[in-house]
Amino acid sequence: MAEDIKADKKINIKGLVCPYTFVKAKLAVEDMEVGQVLEILLDYEEALRSIPKSMEDHGQKVLKVEKINDTDWILVIRKEKE
Amino acid sequence: MSEFTEDQLQRYSRHIILPEVGGKGQKKLLNAKVFIIGAGGLGCPVGYYLAAAGVGTIAMIDNDEVELSNLQRQIAHSVKTLGKPKVESAKNTFESLNPDVNVIALKQRISKDNIMDLIKDYDVVVDGSDNFPTRYLVNDACVMAGKPLVSGAILRFEGQVTTIIPGEGHCYRCLFEEMPPAGLVPSCQEAGVLGVLPGVVGGLQATEVLKLILGKGDVLKNELLIYNALKTTFRKVKVPKNPDCPVCGSNPTIKKLLDYDAEYCTMQ
Ligand SMILES: [Zn+2]
Repeated sequence: MAEDIKADKKINIKGLVCPYTFVKAKLAVEDMEVGQVLEILLDYEEALRSIPKSMEDHGQKVLKVEKINDTDWILVIRKEKE
Repeated sequence: MSEFTEDQLQRYSRHIILPEVGGKGQKKLLNAKVFIIGAGGLGCPVGYYLAAAGVGTIAMIDNDEVELSNLQRQIAHSVKTLGKPKVESAKNTFESLNPDVNVIALKQRISKDNIMDLIKDYDVVVDGSDNFPTRYLVNDACVMAGKPLVSGAILRFEGQVTTIIPGEGHCYRCLFEEMPPAGLVPSCQEAGVLGVLPGVVGGLQATEVLKLILGKGDVLKNELLIYNALKTTFRKVKVPKNPDCPVCGSNPTIKKLLDYDAEYCTMQ
């Protein structure tokens, strides 16, 4: 778990598939301040590759990608720019 | 947090994931108000794509009814709306594409007496008219009202687009100070048009409108884009602001709207 990084916001996008996984994650980042950290709980494996890549394309920082159980992962993103 | 409905998240997802649009840009589109002059060849694709994009309020003004000869290019209308006002036909089409959009159908002629009042609450004006008196009326009114104007024109195989930002760039009269003499302009019987041409030109106009609303990218300010469909060429011509322009120059001679009527083709 992301015990070493404190998340300012957490979203649960389990059950969603592309592109809505990224749509939800991007909207959450838009509503945050630069420097704040978002924790995303998801179970769609494809999004583990696509969300970090898209976030980095948009200039955000991926801090962590972690499997937490048989079905779920956590992604931790820090907002670097508007 | 965002106030998008689940339907909106799905409908606009391909916008939201664009860095230049995002949720914030999509909300700008939903809150935007665009005024379109003409529900014909250009007005149809412009309104259609703006409705699809989620531009929240779209007004259209046109005094004509749908005729069979329109359907070769005016894609918002259909055999089901023959004889009905074009603005009603277009409103039905756009609102069935996207119920988020409020289409205000104005079945009347635009004139020097109503234009200032009609456009005053809108963010952007689109000229899709098919005649010079209207084009000059709309230009002069937008300059006087300080409204951004995306102007388009089509004839045979050639189309033109330009974006007028009053106070910043050129206006239509900086380009062509006076209306051309009537005899030089083909009347409607002589004026053919390739049916897809307004689709290309209207698509370009809609793109300009979206960028103006989003505040992203570059628009055709101080430029005229000319598309030749036969040759498949796009040409950009520089149009500097004319300091002696009769309407947007430093000492304008046109300070109120004129009587623009002339015996030009109005595609009746
Ligand atoms: Zn001018």
